[in-house]
Amino acid sequence: MRTDVNKISETTPHQELTEGLMMFAAATSKGFKTGEWRTNTPVFLEEKCKQCLLCAPVCPDCSIPVKNGKHEEFDYDHCKGCGICAKVCPFGAIEMKEGR
Amino acid sequence: MAKKDRMSGNEAVAYAIKQINPDVMPVFPITPSTEIPQMVSNYIANGEVDTEFIPVESEHSSMSAAIGAEAAGARTLTATSSAGLALMWEELLLAASNRMPLALALVNRTLSGPININCDHTDSMGARDTGWIQIYAENNQEVYDNFIQAYPIAEHKDVHLPIMICQDGFITSHAVENIELMDDDVVKNFVGEYKPEEFLLNPGKPMSVGPYAISAYAMEARKNQEIALENAADVILNVGKEYEKISGRKYGFFEEYKTKDADYIMLIMGSAAGTAKEAVDELRAQGKKVGVLKLRVFRPFPAKEIAAALSRCKAVAIMDRCESYNGNGGPLGSEVTAALYRNKVMIDAVNYIYGLAGRDFTVENVFDIFAELDDAVTSGTEVEQYQYIGLRK
Repeated sequence: MRTDVNKISETTPHQELTEGLMMFAAATSKGFKTGEWRTNTPVFLEEKCKQCLLCAPVCPDCSIPVKNGKHEEFDYDHCKGCGICAKVCPFGAIEMKEGR
Repeated sequence: MAKKDRMSGNEAVAYAIKQINPDVMPVFPITPSTEIPQMVSNYIANGEVDTEFIPVESEHSSMSAAIGAEAAGARTLTATSSAGLALMWEELLLAASNRMPLALALVNRTLSGPININCDHTDSMGARDTGWIQIYAENNQEVYDNFIQAYPIAEHKDVHLPIMICQDGFITSHAVENIELMDDDVVKNFVGEYKPEEFLLNPGKPMSVGPYAISAYAMEARKNQEIALENAADVILNVGKEYEKISGRKYGFFEEYKTKDADYIMLIMGSAAGTAKEAVDELRAQGKKVGVLKLRVFRPFPAKEIAAALSRCKAVAIMDRCESYNGNGGPLGSEVTAALYRNKVMIDAVNYIYGLAGRDFTVENVFDIFAELDDAVTSGTEVEQYQYIGLRK
Protein backbone atom coordinates (compact mmCIF):
# COMPACT_ATOMS: atom_id res chain seq x y z
CA MET A 1 0.00 0.00 0.00
CA ARG A 2 2.94 2.35 0.72
CA THR A 3 3.13 4.57 -2.35
CA ASP A 4 5.36 7.44 -3.35
CA VAL A 5 2.73 10.12 -2.95
CA ASN A 6 4.76 12.51 -5.06
CA LYS A 7 3.71 10.41 -8.03
CA ILE A 8 0.06 11.11 -7.26
CA SER A 9 -1.51 14.11 -8.91
CA GLU A 10 -4.90 15.45 -9.89
CA THR A 11 -4.83 13.29 -13.00
CA THR A 12 -4.16 9.99 -11.17
CA PRO A 13 -6.93 7.42 -11.78
CA HIS A 14 -8.79 6.18 -8.69
CA GLN A 15 -7.15 2.73 -8.78
CA GLU A 16 -3.75 4.30 -8.14
CA LEU A 17 -4.70 6.44 -5.14
CA THR A 18 -3.81 5.22 -1.64
CA GLU A 19 -6.39 3.48 0.52
CA GLY A 20 -8.41 6.07 2.43
CA LEU A 21 -6.07 8.66 0.87
CA MET A 22 -3.47 7.77 3.52
CA MET A 23 -0.28 9.78 3.08
CA PHE A 24 3.09 8.08 3.33
CA ALA A 25 5.32 11.15 3.34
CA ALA A 26 5.83 14.37 5.24
CA ALA A 27 5.22 17.99 4.17
CA THR A 28 2.94 16.95 1.34
CA SER A 29 0.73 20.01 1.76
CA LYS A 30 3.20 21.91 -0.44
CA GLY A 31 2.07 19.96 -3.45
CA PHE A 32 -1.60 20.16 -2.51
CA LYS A 33 -2.95 23.35 -4.02
CA THR A 34 -5.62 24.52 -1.61
CA GLY A 35 -5.44 28.05 -3.05
CA GLU A 36 -8.34 27.01 -5.28
CA TRP A 37 -10.69 28.17 -2.51
CA ARG A 38 -9.64 31.81 -2.83
CA THR A 39 -12.25 34.38 -3.83
CA ASN A 40 -10.21 37.48 -2.84
CA THR A 41 -6.55 37.93 -3.66
CA PRO A 42 -3.89 40.02 -1.92
CA VAL A 43 -1.76 42.13 -4.23
CA PHE A 44 1.75 43.10 -3.08
CA LEU A 45 2.67 46.74 -3.76
CA GLU A 46 6.43 46.46 -3.39
CA GLU A 47 7.11 50.21 -3.62
CA LYS A 48 5.05 50.89 -0.45
CA CYS A 49 6.57 48.00 1.54
CA LYS A 50 9.04 48.95 4.31
CA GLN A 51 9.93 45.29 4.99
CA CYS A 52 8.60 45.50 8.57
CA LEU A 53 7.41 41.87 8.06
CA LEU A 54 4.38 42.20 10.33
CA CYS A 55 2.42 40.38 7.63
CA ALA A 56 4.41 37.13 7.39
CA PRO A 57 3.80 35.70 10.91
CA VAL A 58 0.04 36.43 10.86
CA CYS A 59 -0.60 34.54 7.65
CA PRO A 60 -2.53 31.38 8.67
CA ASP A 61 -1.27 29.49 5.63
CA CYS A 62 2.42 30.53 5.60
CA SER A 63 1.81 31.99 2.17
CA ILE A 64 4.11 35.00 2.56
CA PRO A 65 7.62 33.76 1.86
CA VAL A 66 10.44 35.76 3.45
CA LYS A 67 13.94 35.52 2.06
CA ASN A 68 16.96 37.48 3.31
CA GLY A 69 14.65 39.61 5.47
CA LYS A 70 12.46 40.52 2.53
CA HIS A 71 8.82 39.93 1.71
CA GLU A 72 8.63 37.93 -1.51
CA GLU A 73 5.68 37.37 -3.85
CA PHE A 74 2.66 35.58 -2.27
CA ASP A 75 2.35 31.82 -2.52
CA TYR A 76 -0.91 31.82 -4.44
CA ASP A 77 -1.05 28.00 -4.53
CA HIS A 78 -1.96 28.10 -0.83
CA CYS A 79 -3.20 31.63 -0.06
CA LYS A 80 -6.94 31.56 0.81
CA GLY A 81 -7.38 35.32 0.48
CA CYS A 82 -8.39 35.91 4.09
CA GLY A 83 -6.98 39.44 4.02
CA ILE A 84 -5.33 39.43 7.47
CA CYS A 85 -2.04 40.53 5.91
CA ALA A 86 -3.72 43.52 4.27
CA LYS A 87 -5.34 44.52 7.59
CA VAL A 88 -2.11 44.24 9.54
CA CYS A 89 0.06 46.15 7.05
CA PRO A 90 0.62 49.69 8.42
CA PHE A 91 1.77 51.04 5.02
CA GLY A 92 -1.00 49.97 2.68
CA ALA A 93 1.44 47.75 0.81
CA ILE A 94 -1.07 44.91 0.46
CA GLU A 95 -4.34 45.48 -1.35
CA MET A 96 -7.17 43.00 -1.62
CA LYS A 97 -8.62 42.47 -5.09
CA GLU A 98 -11.79 40.57 -5.88
CA GLY A 99 -11.40 37.19 -7.55
CA ARG A 100 -8.50 34.74 -7.77
CA MET B 1 -14.09 -29.58 22.04
CA ALA B 2 -17.01 -27.22 21.64
CA LYS B 3 -18.86 -26.65 24.87
CA LYS B 4 -22.65 -26.48 25.38
CA ASP B 5 -23.79 -23.66 27.60
CA ARG B 6 -26.68 -21.22 28.01
CA MET B 7 -26.18 -17.53 27.54
CA SER B 8 -27.86 -14.27 26.60
CA GLY B 9 -26.83 -12.55 23.37
CA ASN B 10 -24.84 -9.95 25.32
CA GLU B 11 -23.03 -12.69 27.24
CA ALA B 12 -22.30 -14.48 23.98
CA VAL B 13 -20.72 -11.38 22.41
CA ALA B 14 -18.74 -10.61 25.58
CA TYR B 15 -17.52 -14.22 25.57
CA ALA B 16 -16.44 -13.95 21.93
CA ILE B 17 -14.59 -10.72 22.80
CA LYS B 18 -12.85 -12.54 25.65
CA GLN B 19 -11.76 -15.30 23.28
CA ILE B 20 -10.49 -12.81 20.68
CA ASN B 21 -8.82 -10.58 23.31
CA PRO B 22 -8.77 -7.38 21.21
CA ASP B 23 -6.33 -4.58 22.01
CA VAL B 24 -8.54 -1.59 22.77
CA MET B 25 -12.19 -1.03 23.75
CA PRO B 26 -13.35 2.57 24.18
CA VAL B 27 -16.98 2.48 25.22
CA PHE B 28 -19.90 4.36 26.75
CA PRO B 29 -22.82 2.43 28.26
CA ILE B 30 -26.35 2.50 26.88
CA THR B 31 -29.31 0.13 27.27
CA PRO B 32 -29.52 -2.62 26.07
CA SER B 33 -25.83 -3.01 25.14
CA THR B 34 -24.42 -1.93 28.54
CA GLU B 35 -23.80 -5.52 29.65
CA ILE B 36 -21.20 -6.04 26.92
CA PRO B 37 -18.65 -3.51 28.27
CA GLN B 38 -19.65 -4.46 31.81
CA MET B 39 -18.82 -8.12 31.20
CA VAL B 40 -15.63 -7.30 29.29
CA SER B 41 -14.46 -5.08 32.14
CA ASN B 42 -15.06 -8.03 34.48
CA TYR B 43 -12.85 -10.19 32.27
CA ILE B 44 -10.19 -7.47 32.37
CA ALA B 45 -10.46 -7.09 36.16
CA ASN B 46 -10.09 -10.85 36.52
CA GLY B 47 -6.98 -10.83 34.35
CA GLU B 48 -8.58 -13.03 31.69
CA VAL B 49 -7.89 -10.55 28.88
CA ASP B 50 -5.48 -7.65 28.54
CA THR B 51 -7.72 -5.39 26.46
CA GLU B 52 -7.18 -1.67 27.14
CA PHE B 53 -10.59 -0.46 28.33
CA ILE B 54 -11.21 3.26 27.85
CA PRO B 55 -14.28 4.65 29.66
CA VAL B 56 -15.19 7.75 27.63
CA GLU B 57 -17.72 10.53 28.11
CA SER B 58 -19.99 9.83 25.14
CA GLU B 59 -20.41 7.67 22.05
CA HIS B 60 -19.06 10.51 19.93
CA SER B 61 -15.88 9.97 21.93
CA SER B 62 -15.98 6.18 21.94
CA MET B 63 -16.07 6.01 18.15
CA SER B 64 -13.43 8.77 17.87
CA ALA B 65 -11.15 6.90 20.25
CA ALA B 66 -11.82 3.64 18.42
CA ILE B 67 -10.75 5.22 15.12
CA GLY B 68 -7.62 6.63 16.78
CA ALA B 69 -6.70 3.29 18.34
CA GLU B 70 -7.33 1.39 15.13
CA ALA B 71 -5.24 3.89 13.14
CA ALA B 72 -2.47 3.49 15.68
CA GLY B 73 -2.39 -0.21 14.86
CA ALA B 74 -4.55 -1.75 17.60
CA ARG B 75 -7.37 -4.24 17.03
CA THR B 76 -10.29 -2.20 18.35
CA LEU B 77 -13.96 -2.54 19.13
CA THR B 78 -16.79 -0.74 20.83
CA ALA B 79 -20.43 -1.47 21.62
CA THR B 80 -23.56 0.64 21.57
CA SER B 81 -27.30 0.91 20.90
CA SER B 82 -29.87 3.42 19.66
CA ALA B 83 -29.04 7.04 20.53
CA GLY B 84 -25.44 5.95 21.12
CA LEU B 85 -25.13 4.95 17.49
CA ALA B 86 -26.85 8.17 16.44
CA LEU B 87 -24.31 10.20 18.40
CA MET B 88 -21.53 8.33 16.59
CA TRP B 89 -22.91 9.20 13.19
CA GLU B 90 -20.17 11.57 12.06
CA GLU B 91 -17.44 9.16 13.19
CA LEU B 92 -19.11 6.15 11.59
CA LEU B 93 -18.49 7.76 8.22
CA LEU B 94 -14.90 8.56 9.19
CA ALA B 95 -14.19 5.01 10.36
CA ALA B 96 -15.29 3.75 6.95
CA SER B 97 -13.67 6.42 4.77
CA ASN B 98 -10.40 6.15 6.72
CA ARG B 99 -10.66 2.39 6.06
CA MET B 100 -10.47 1.31 9.71
CA PRO B 101 -11.36 -2.38 10.21
CA LEU B 102 -12.79 -1.94 13.70
CA ALA B 103 -15.77 -3.84 15.08
CA LEU B 104 -18.95 -2.53 16.67
CA ALA B 105 -21.21 -4.79 18.71
CA LEU B 106 -24.59 -3.19 18.06
CA VAL B 107 -27.59 -4.17 20.15
CA ASN B 108 -30.50 -2.90 18.09
CA ARG B 109 -32.85 -0.53 19.86
CA THR B 110 -35.27 2.02 18.51
CA LEU B 111 -34.58 5.74 18.46
CA SER B 112 -36.78 8.47 19.91
CA GLY B 113 -39.45 9.42 19.66
CA PRO B 114 -41.61 8.54 21.34
CA ILE B 115 -38.92 7.71 23.90
CA ASN B 116 -38.63 3.95 24.06
CA ILE B 117 -35.87 1.49 24.86
CA ASN B 118 -37.10 -1.62 23.05
CA CYS B 119 -36.04 -3.37 19.90
CA ASP B 120 -36.36 -2.34 16.33
CA HIS B 121 -33.82 -1.64 13.61
CA THR B 122 -34.11 2.15 13.45
CA ASP B 123 -30.59 2.67 14.80
CA SER B 124 -28.61 0.48 12.40
CA MET B 125 -30.87 1.35 9.45
CA GLY B 126 -30.09 5.00 10.09
CA ALA B 127 -26.42 4.06 9.66
CA ARG B 128 -27.01 2.00 6.54
CA ASP B 129 -25.29 4.45 4.23
CA THR B 130 -22.24 5.14 6.39
CA GLY B 131 -20.02 2.60 4.63
CA TRP B 132 -20.03 -0.06 7.35
CA ILE B 133 -20.50 -3.76 6.80
CA GLN B 134 -23.67 -4.83 8.62
CA ILE B 135 -24.40 -8.40 9.68
CA TYR B 136 -27.57 -9.39 11.56
CA ALA B 137 -28.29 -12.35 13.83
CA GLU B 138 -31.42 -14.32 14.65
CA ASN B 139 -30.24 -15.54 18.07
CA ASN B 140 -27.38 -15.71 20.57
CA GLN B 141 -25.56 -18.48 18.66
CA GLU B 142 -25.53 -16.44 15.46
CA VAL B 143 -24.35 -13.24 17.09
CA TYR B 144 -21.52 -15.19 18.77
CA ASP B 145 -20.56 -16.78 15.44
CA ASN B 146 -20.86 -13.47 13.58
CA PHE B 147 -18.64 -11.69 16.05
CA ILE B 148 -15.88 -14.28 15.65
CA GLN B 149 -16.07 -13.78 11.88
CA ALA B 150 -16.02 -9.98 12.19
CA TYR B 151 -12.28 -9.30 12.21
CA PRO B 152 -11.31 -11.81 9.50
CA ILE B 153 -13.84 -10.03 7.24
CA ALA B 154 -13.04 -6.43 8.20
CA GLU B 155 -9.26 -6.83 8.28
CA HIS B 156 -9.04 -8.63 4.92
CA LYS B 157 -6.69 -6.71 2.60
CA ASP B 158 -9.38 -6.30 -0.07
CA VAL B 159 -11.81 -4.84 2.46
CA HIS B 160 -10.35 -2.76 5.33
CA LEU B 161 -13.74 -1.49 6.42
CA PRO B 162 -15.48 -1.31 9.80
CA ILE B 163 -18.04 -3.95 10.65
CA MET B 164 -21.25 -3.79 12.69
CA ILE B 165 -22.40 -7.04 14.27
CA CYS B 166 -26.08 -6.54 15.08
CA GLN B 167 -28.42 -8.38 17.42
CA ASP B 168 -31.96 -7.55 18.52
CA GLY B 169 -32.14 -5.61 21.78
CA PHE B 170 -33.60 -7.57 24.72
CA ILE B 171 -35.13 -10.27 22.50
CA THR B 172 -31.66 -11.61 21.67
CA SER B 173 -29.41 -9.55 23.94
CA HIS B 174 -31.14 -10.46 27.22
CA ALA B 175 -32.97 -13.72 26.57
CA VAL B 176 -30.96 -16.77 27.66
CA GLU B 177 -30.81 -19.64 25.19
CA ASN B 178 -28.68 -22.67 24.55
CA ILE B 179 -25.41 -22.01 22.78
CA GLU B 180 -22.40 -23.93 21.56
CA LEU B 181 -19.13 -22.22 22.41
CA MET B 182 -15.87 -23.01 20.72
CA ASP B 183 -12.57 -23.55 22.46
CA ASP B 184 -10.44 -20.47 23.06
CA ASP B 185 -7.51 -21.68 20.96
CA VAL B 186 -9.79 -22.55 18.02
CA VAL B 187 -11.24 -19.02 18.08
CA LYS B 188 -7.79 -17.45 18.50
CA ASN B 189 -6.40 -19.42 15.57
CA PHE B 190 -9.37 -18.53 13.42
CA VAL B 191 -9.20 -14.80 14.13
CA GLY B 192 -5.39 -14.68 14.15
CA GLU B 193 -2.99 -11.95 15.22
CA TYR B 194 -3.68 -8.46 13.92
CA LYS B 195 -0.79 -7.36 11.73
CA PRO B 196 -1.79 -4.20 9.89
CA GLU B 197 0.38 -3.29 6.92
CA GLU B 198 0.28 0.42 7.71
CA PHE B 199 -0.35 2.03 11.08
CA LEU B 200 0.54 5.24 12.86
CA LEU B 201 2.71 3.88 15.71
CA ASN B 202 5.22 2.44 13.28
CA PRO B 203 8.64 3.95 13.94
CA GLY B 204 10.51 5.09 10.84
CA LYS B 205 7.47 4.73 8.62
CA PRO B 206 5.59 8.01 8.94
CA MET B 207 2.07 8.33 7.56
CA SER B 208 -1.04 10.39 8.07
CA VAL B 209 -4.63 9.22 8.19
CA GLY B 210 -7.75 11.12 7.22
CA PRO B 211 -6.27 14.04 5.28
CA TYR B 212 -8.33 16.81 3.73
CA ALA B 213 -9.11 16.01 0.11
CA ILE B 214 -9.85 18.71 -2.42
CA SER B 215 -12.56 17.86 -4.93
CA ALA B 216 -9.93 16.55 -7.35
CA TYR B 217 -9.42 13.55 -5.01
CA ALA B 218 -12.56 13.03 -2.92
CA MET B 219 -14.70 11.40 -5.61
CA GLU B 220 -12.00 8.85 -6.46
CA ALA B 221 -11.60 8.03 -2.76
CA ARG B 222 -15.36 7.37 -2.48
CA LYS B 223 -15.29 5.06 -5.45
CA ASN B 224 -12.42 3.09 -3.92
CA GLN B 225 -14.35 2.81 -0.69
CA GLU B 226 -17.40 1.56 -2.59
CA ILE B 227 -15.26 -1.07 -4.33
CA ALA B 228 -13.97 -2.23 -0.92
CA LEU B 229 -17.55 -2.72 0.26
CA GLU B 230 -18.34 -4.74 -2.86
CA ASN B 231 -15.18 -6.80 -2.22
CA ALA B 232 -16.52 -7.60 1.24
CA ALA B 233 -19.19 -9.81 -0.34
CA ASP B 234 -16.77 -12.53 -1.48
CA VAL B 235 -14.74 -12.21 1.70
CA ILE B 236 -17.88 -12.72 3.83
CA LEU B 237 -18.69 -15.91 1.89
CA ASN B 238 -15.12 -17.23 2.17
CA VAL B 239 -14.85 -16.47 5.88
CA GLY B 240 -18.25 -18.18 6.31
CA LYS B 241 -16.90 -21.31 4.58
CA GLU B 242 -13.80 -21.36 6.77
CA TYR B 243 -15.97 -20.85 9.82
CA GLU B 244 -18.15 -23.79 8.87
CA LYS B 245 -15.04 -26.00 8.97
CA ILE B 246 -14.39 -25.19 12.63
CA SER B 247 -17.98 -24.83 13.83
CA GLY B 248 -20.12 -27.00 11.56
CA ARG B 249 -22.47 -24.04 11.16
CA LYS B 250 -23.17 -22.59 7.73
CA TYR B 251 -23.17 -18.83 7.06
CA GLY B 252 -23.85 -17.01 3.81
CA PHE B 253 -25.63 -13.80 2.79
CA PHE B 254 -28.94 -15.25 3.95
CA GLU B 255 -30.60 -18.42 5.12
CA GLU B 256 -33.28 -20.00 2.92
CA TYR B 257 -35.81 -21.82 5.08
CA LYS B 258 -38.16 -24.09 3.14
CA THR B 259 -38.04 -21.72 0.14
CA LYS B 260 -37.17 -24.23 -2.59
CA ASP B 261 -40.74 -24.94 -3.73
CA ALA B 262 -42.33 -22.00 -1.89
CA ASP B 263 -45.05 -19.95 -3.56
CA TYR B 264 -44.77 -17.28 -0.88
CA ILE B 265 -41.65 -16.14 0.92
CA MET B 266 -41.22 -13.83 3.87
CA LEU B 267 -37.97 -11.86 3.74
CA ILE B 268 -37.02 -10.87 7.26
CA MET B 269 -33.99 -9.96 9.37
CA GLY B 270 -33.08 -10.58 13.01
CA SER B 271 -34.88 -12.40 15.81
CA ALA B 272 -38.34 -12.25 14.20
CA ALA B 273 -37.10 -14.76 11.62
CA GLY B 274 -37.57 -17.38 14.36
CA THR B 275 -41.24 -16.44 14.64
CA ALA B 276 -41.61 -16.58 10.87
CA LYS B 277 -40.06 -20.07 10.73
CA GLU B 278 -42.39 -21.30 13.47
CA ALA B 279 -45.38 -20.05 11.46
CA VAL B 280 -43.98 -21.59 8.27
CA ASP B 281 -43.70 -24.99 9.99
CA GLU B 282 -47.36 -24.81 10.98
CA LEU B 283 -48.47 -23.70 7.51
CA ARG B 284 -46.34 -26.40 5.86
CA ALA B 285 -48.13 -28.98 8.05
CA GLN B 286 -51.36 -27.71 6.45
CA GLY B 287 -49.81 -28.20 3.01
CA LYS B 288 -49.12 -24.55 2.27
CA LYS B 289 -46.00 -23.82 0.26
CA VAL B 290 -44.38 -21.02 2.24
CA GLY B 291 -40.83 -20.21 3.28
CA VAL B 292 -38.56 -17.67 4.94
CA LEU B 293 -35.55 -15.85 3.53
CA LYS B 294 -33.64 -14.63 6.56
CA LEU B 295 -31.24 -11.88 5.52
CA ARG B 296 -27.95 -11.96 7.41
CA VAL B 297 -25.79 -9.56 5.40
CA PHE B 298 -27.43 -6.20 4.79
CA ARG B 299 -24.24 -4.32 3.82
CA PRO B 300 -22.97 -5.10 1.26
CA PHE B 301 -26.49 -5.66 -0.01
CA PRO B 302 -26.69 -8.99 -1.89
CA ALA B 303 -29.20 -7.70 -4.45
CA LYS B 304 -28.53 -10.21 -7.22
CA GLU B 305 -28.58 -13.19 -4.88
CA ILE B 306 -31.82 -12.06 -3.21
CA ALA B 307 -33.48 -11.57 -6.60
CA ALA B 308 -32.37 -15.04 -7.69
CA ALA B 309 -33.62 -16.61 -4.46
CA LEU B 310 -37.01 -14.97 -4.90
CA SER B 311 -37.31 -15.58 -8.63
CA ARG B 312 -39.22 -18.85 -8.27
CA CYS B 313 -41.92 -17.66 -5.85
CA LYS B 314 -45.19 -15.89 -6.64
CA ALA B 315 -45.05 -13.20 -3.98
CA VAL B 316 -42.74 -11.95 -1.26
CA ALA B 317 -43.49 -10.18 2.01
CA ILE B 318 -40.63 -7.78 2.72
CA MET B 319 -40.46 -7.18 6.44
CA ASP B 320 -39.05 -3.95 7.84
CA ARG B 321 -38.53 -3.43 11.56
CA CYS B 322 -38.01 0.25 10.82
CA GLU B 323 -39.97 3.13 9.38
CA SER B 324 -37.93 5.22 6.98
CA TYR B 325 -40.36 8.11 6.54
CA ASN B 326 -39.92 8.30 2.81
CA GLY B 327 -43.64 7.74 2.18
CA ASN B 328 -42.86 4.73 0.03
CA GLY B 329 -41.75 1.93 2.38
CA GLY B 330 -39.07 0.75 4.75
CA PRO B 331 -35.37 0.37 3.94
CA LEU B 332 -35.63 -3.32 3.00
CA GLY B 333 -38.83 -2.61 1.07
CA SER B 334 -37.02 -0.04 -1.05
CA GLU B 335 -33.84 -2.04 -1.60
CA VAL B 336 -35.39 -5.43 -2.22
CA THR B 337 -37.91 -4.08 -4.75
CA ALA B 338 -35.06 -2.25 -6.50
CA ALA B 339 -33.11 -5.55 -6.57
CA LEU B 340 -36.10 -7.39 -8.04
CA TYR B 341 -36.66 -4.74 -10.70
CA ARG B 342 -33.03 -4.50 -11.76
CA ASN B 343 -32.83 -8.28 -12.09
CA LYS B 344 -36.21 -8.39 -13.87
CA VAL B 345 -37.90 -10.59 -11.28
CA MET B 346 -41.46 -9.30 -11.57
CA ILE B 347 -43.25 -10.86 -8.61
CA ASP B 348 -45.68 -9.31 -6.14
CA ALA B 349 -43.69 -7.66 -3.36
CA VAL B 350 -45.55 -6.27 -0.36
CA ASN B 351 -43.68 -4.25 2.24
CA TYR B 352 -44.79 -4.69 5.86
CA ILE B 353 -43.60 -2.59 8.79
CA TYR B 354 -43.64 -4.66 11.98
CA GLY B 355 -42.38 -4.78 15.57
CA LEU B 356 -41.57 -1.10 15.98
CA ALA B 357 -40.26 -0.10 19.42
CA GLY B 358 -40.59 -3.63 20.77
CA ARG B 359 -44.13 -4.38 19.51
CA ASP B 360 -44.56 -8.16 19.55
CA PHE B 361 -44.44 -9.90 16.21
CA THR B 362 -46.50 -13.06 16.41
CA VAL B 363 -47.06 -16.31 14.54
CA GLU B 364 -50.61 -15.04 13.85
CA ASN B 365 -49.17 -11.94 12.16
CA VAL B 366 -47.22 -14.24 9.84
CA PHE B 367 -50.38 -16.29 9.08
CA ASP B 368 -52.22 -13.05 8.19
CA ILE B 369 -49.42 -11.93 5.89
CA PHE B 370 -49.17 -15.21 4.00
CA ALA B 371 -52.98 -15.30 3.70
CA GLU B 372 -52.93 -11.81 2.25
CA LEU B 373 -50.22 -12.71 -0.29
CA ASP B 374 -52.21 -15.80 -1.32
CA ASP B 375 -55.35 -13.69 -1.69
CA ALA B 376 -53.52 -11.21 -3.89
CA VAL B 377 -52.07 -13.87 -6.17
CA THR B 378 -54.98 -16.32 -6.44
CA SER B 379 -57.97 -13.92 -6.28
CA GLY B 380 -56.31 -10.81 -7.60
CA THR B 381 -57.28 -8.86 -4.49
CA GLU B 382 -55.60 -5.50 -4.38
CA VAL B 383 -53.21 -5.32 -1.45
CA GLU B 384 -51.81 -2.18 0.09
CA GLN B 385 -48.18 -2.36 -1.05
CA TYR B 386 -46.72 -0.66 2.01
CA GLN B 387 -48.50 -1.25 5.29
CA TYR B 388 -48.17 -1.76 9.04
CA ILE B 389 -48.79 -5.16 10.59
CA GLY B 390 -50.02 -5.44 14.20
CA LEU B 391 -51.26 -1.86 14.23
CA ARG B 392 -54.46 -0.96 16.14
CA LYS B 393 -56.96 0.35 13.62
